[in-house]
Formats: sequence, structure tokens, C-alpha cells
Amino acid sequence: MAEPHAPDPRPEPPARRRRFTGPWLIAAAVAAGLVTLGVAALLTNIFERRAEARNPFYRVVELTDTTVDPAVWGKNFPIHYDLYNNTVDMTRTRYGGSEAIPRQPTELDPRDVVAASRLVEDPRLREFWAGYAFAEDFREERGHAYMFIDQVFTERQQVVQQPGTCLHCHASVYTVYMKAGDGDLIAGFDRVNRMKYQDAAALAQHPVSCIDCHNPATMELRITRPGFMEGMRALKASQGVDGYDVNRDATRAEMRTYVCGQCHVEYYFKGPEKRLTYPWAKGLTVDSIMAYYDEVGFRDWTHAVSGAPTLKAQHPEFEMFSQGIHARSGVACADCHMPYLRVGAMKVSDHWVRSPMLNVNNACQTCHKQSEDELQARVSNIQDRTYEMRNIAIDATLDLTRAIGAAVRADSTNPRIAAARQYQRKAQFYTDFVEAENSMGFHADQESVRILGNAVNFARLGMATLYGARVPDRPALVPPPPQTVTPHPERGGGATRERR
Amino acid sequence: MTKGQRIAAAAAVLIGTAAGLGAFTFVYAKGYSYLTTDPAACANCHIMDEHYSAWLKSSHRNVAGCNDCHTPHDLVGKYATKAKNGFWHSFYFTTGNFPYPLRITGGNKEIVEGACRSCHEGITSAMNHGGVIAPPGMEVQPAREEIACTHCHEYVGHWVR
Repeated sequence: MAEPHAPDPRPEPPARRRRFTGPWLIAAAVAAGLVTLGVAALLTNIFERRAEARNPFYRVVELTDTTVDPAVWGKNFPIHYDLYNNTVDMTRTRYGGSEAIPRQPTELDPRDVVAASRLVEDPRLREFWAGYAFAEDFREERGHAYMFIDQVFTERQQVVQQPGTCLHCHASVYTVYMKAGDGDLIAGFDRVNRMKYQDAAALAQHPVSCIDCHNPATMELRITRPGFMEGMRALKASQGVDGYDVNRDATRAEMRTYVCGQCHVEYYFKGPEKRLTYPWAKGLTVDSIMAYYDEVGFRDWTHAVSGAPTLKAQHPEFEMFSQGIHARSGVACADCHMPYLRVGAMKVSDHWVRSPMLNVNNACQTCHKQSEDELQARVSNIQDRTYEMRNIAIDATLDLTRAIGAAVRADSTNPRIAAARQYQRKAQFYTDFVEAENSMGFHADQESVRILGNAVNFARLGMATLYGARVPDRPALVPPPPQTVTPHPERGGGATRERR
Repeated sequence: MTKGQRIAAAAAVLIGTAAGLGAFTFVYAKGYSYLTTDPAACANCHIMDEHYSAWLKSSHRNVAGCNDCHTPHDLVGKYATKAKNGFWHSFYFTTGNFPYPLRITGGNKEIVEGACRSCHEGITSAMNHGGVIAPPGMEVQPAREEIACTHCHEYVGHWVR
């Protein structure tokens, strides 16, 4: 290096050397700077992704078996809690849900937004349920967030005194039962069932909450609803399994359906103590449930038009889904209604419980490789067909109902009326089993159409009975035996397999 | 030190910094692992965690790793595919702009199909030339149109759901 203070005696370096020390070097410096910047940005990104992959969990609060407020659970599980809160959103699909419909709040009902009325959408339903509270007010379902207030304020509450039993599925009721039963869930259940609805509702604060499906210590799924525990015990007993305890005996995969099946089921209030009962002692199909109701002689109400001892199907999603191809393939409710969602590196069950049709990408395309349009079209195919059959079945049932009403007015001692009313009871329940089920046939498409076909047949049989024709109950034909496939003799080996 | 030399020194420092940081990033991000055939390398980024763990439980885990199905079996094709997919996968994962669930597309699909047919040649060539023994009363026609193996055998590699 040259002495800094001494004048440089050397001549200027040749121009060729200067070219590389001047602008070229500046360009190189800028390029190196940019590369450094890029590499640093990439390094930071990789670092962040690595951090994501660590799935950090911070326990901020202690959760116990009495922590009912979901906001408290949300402190430990903020992602799940944020998703859960989204159930306030009001959207519709083709056959379900509703946009927010504004209304004028009244003293009796302070809600300023409600779901669309099904009775306005299909006025036949008023006659279909004539004499029952559902003919007064029946609206589209909306998100879990509204389950409690929508029940408190439905006009059905104003026409009949409902029991505390209803709370079982319209509020976060686990802690309420535990408190009412002094730590005994079933005792608390019995006690709350006997209360007036309004008194029972005053004990609850939240719609379905974390504690209703999760064990607060381990976060494992668990069943908290006595109705489901007892219903499953009766169902398993009918299949030869005694003493079934769903919390002890169900697999993790089954639980992903059972926690939903705690409430999305057909039920009735048994006896004067209004004990909530799931009618599964003979099986889960509509035929088994009908046979059960006939055996115990239960009716929801007496039809105002015909005097038939009629039944209202509630929302038999669990029963219907159990007959469908998805259940048979081992798919659970949560797989489509709470599909896994990627948040950073974490796989989170989407606690925004909603129609898979609003979330086809995560809900369907994980298994089905077809395009979103194709999958939507397949669902529409099923639902449009079911809707057509549902409309026919409602008309058929109403025709029979009116015919019985006319026969009663003409001659109430007509001995054929009783038998015709039994057919109306069946037609009504079968039709309602699909009408009240929240998938317009999708949960089990062929089963839905089979049920509606039977409903139309019951209406036909009722008419024939009323007019004195002798008709067989069911065609005598039974399904032919299954086909068998015999292996090629030259290749030998292999047992004869039944073709399914 | 002349002005030129000072600039050269500064540039050298910057280039050295870039090189050093680059080397650190390469090691930190396990860049060297991409030159191996270890399937764990493909799950360096957590986006492939599910595929990797599904592969660990699959029927192919003892006979074929990621590269056996997802890269061509010739040396040039293998590294060209690694380079191309490596760049685009990193690009999309870094920017976060990609659809999910992940789907295999285009050329990568063909590579997988080729891999099935290369290892299972005995079966696939028989299928394509009518060499299959017919069930009684039926004749086997040579395939008019070939369909992808994974159309039916989609579970064999890594079934993620």
C-alpha cells in the first residue's frame, strides 16, 4: 500500500485497470448487496416456517370440568376459538341455511335478525303439521351460535309450555346437569327434564361450547349428553352388545361422528317426566324407529285435519347418515363439516361448523379429485331428485290427510278411519324423516328416496283402505340372493367370493 | 489505498457477506440433503409432513422412496426434475401462494406413471397387449385406451386425507 501522506510519484494506472475498479465494482457491490438481502429474506422465511412447524401451545388458563365459557378455552386455543365464533355467519346453500332476515324486535322476542321461515317458503307445511306447534313457527336452521336464542324465542314457545328437556341440545348443558345433579350427570339430566323450559333455560348461558365435546384435561372427544349415551346403549343391546358405554367403548374415529350425533338425531320425550329418549332400541333405520314408536304407542300430537296419531320427525342426521355411502366408507361428520384446515404448519379441525357446500375445497376435495363445479353438480343431482320426491310425498300424505278428514266429517263412526289414520301416521313420519333431515337426501341418497317411496306407498295404501279396497301391505317379492363369482378353473385357488 | 482499491475492498466484503450468509442458509436449510435420496429431505418443509408420514405407512415404503416415483430413472432427467421441482416448490412455499389440498399436475404426473410402469413392467405390458387371462365366457381385448395406474391404485404411495 502507498504511504497516505507522500505524494504518489507513479503515473496514473492504465485505463484498462481502472475499468474494473470503477463502475464495475459498484455494480458488483450492488449485486452482492441484493443477493445478501435476498438470502437474508429467505433465511428469515425458512426460520419462520421452522417456527411454524413447532406447533407451540401455551397454556394460559387452567381448564376444569366446570369451565363452560368458550372464551376461557379460547385463551388456550385461540385458533379454534376464532373459527368457532364464525358460526354467527348467516349464509344459505341451495336447500338449507338462510341469509340474515331483519325483523322488528318485540317485547316477547328481541331478535332483530332471524332465519327465513320454512312455512312461508312451503305453505303446505302448515297443513302438514296442523295442530302442532311447528305449524306456527318453523325456520331454516342457522349456525351453532344461535341454537340457544333461537329456541328461547321461537313462537313455538308461546303456543305450548315446553319442558326443560329441550335444553339438552339447545345450550351448553353439561355443567348445568352436573350442578343440578350434584356431580351426577344423569340425576341432573332427570331434574332439568322436569323443569319448565324457561326455568331450565335460566340456568344455561352459552350455546354449544367446547366442554360439550371435549375433555378439559386431555382435549379428547367425549360424549356429555345422557340421551345419546342411553340411546347408544339401547341400540348396541339390540345388536347383542350389552352394557355399551360410549365414552369407554367408542373408537376415536367413531367419536368424530358421535359427538355430533349427541344432538343431530330423532328423539321423543318419554312419559310424564319428559325424559329425552332416542328411539333406537330396534335399530337406526326409519323402519326400526317407526316400529319402536308403534310398539310404545307414542304420538307427538293428534293431527287437526284427520285426527291421526301423528309423529314429528326431528332432525335425524345421525340416523340418515349412518345408512349412506360416506358412513359405510368410514367417513365421520367432522371430516366434511369440520375438515382439517392448515394454519401455518398446524392441522386444525375447522370449528366453523357449516355446510360442506360452502367449503368444497377442504371438505370434499381432500378425497374427491374432481373439480369444485363437478362436485357441486353431483350434490345438486342428489338433492334435486330428493326434493322432487319430497314434494310428491308431502302431496300424497296431504291427500290422504284431507280424505280422512272428509270421511270423519261424513261419518265419524266409519270403521275404516282408524286403519287409514295408521297409514297417515306412517306416511307422515316417513316423509318428515327426509323433510326434517338437514341434507336434502345427501347424507344417504338412495335411502332418502326409498323412504319417500315408502311414504307415497303408505299414502296410497291409506287411500285404498279408506275406500274399502283390499290391498297387500307390501309386495311379496324379496331381493334375489347375492351373486357369487367363481375363480377361473385354470388359475385355481381363491375362495368363492360374494359380490357385494 | 486508492479509491478504486477501497471500492474493491467494500465489494469484496459484500460479496463475502453474501457468500457467507448463503453458505449458512444452505446448511441451516439442509440444502445438501436435497442431493440425497432420503425421503425425509422432502419433508424438510412442513407442507410435506402428511405425505411423508402417509408414505411411512404405505405399501411402498420398503421398496420405493420419493425419488423412485417422482423423478425419472435416468441421471440427467432425475437431477433436472429435482432442480425444476425444487425451485418451484420452494418458490410457492416461500410466497405461500398455492392451492391446498396439494395436487400433482402435468409432467410430474407423467413421471409417476412412468415409474409405475417401469417397476411393474411385467404386469403393465401384459395388460397393454391382452396377456391377461380372461374370466370364463369373456375375451380380453388389448387396451384401446390406457388409463393411469394411480387412477385405481391411488392408495399405494401416500394416502392423505
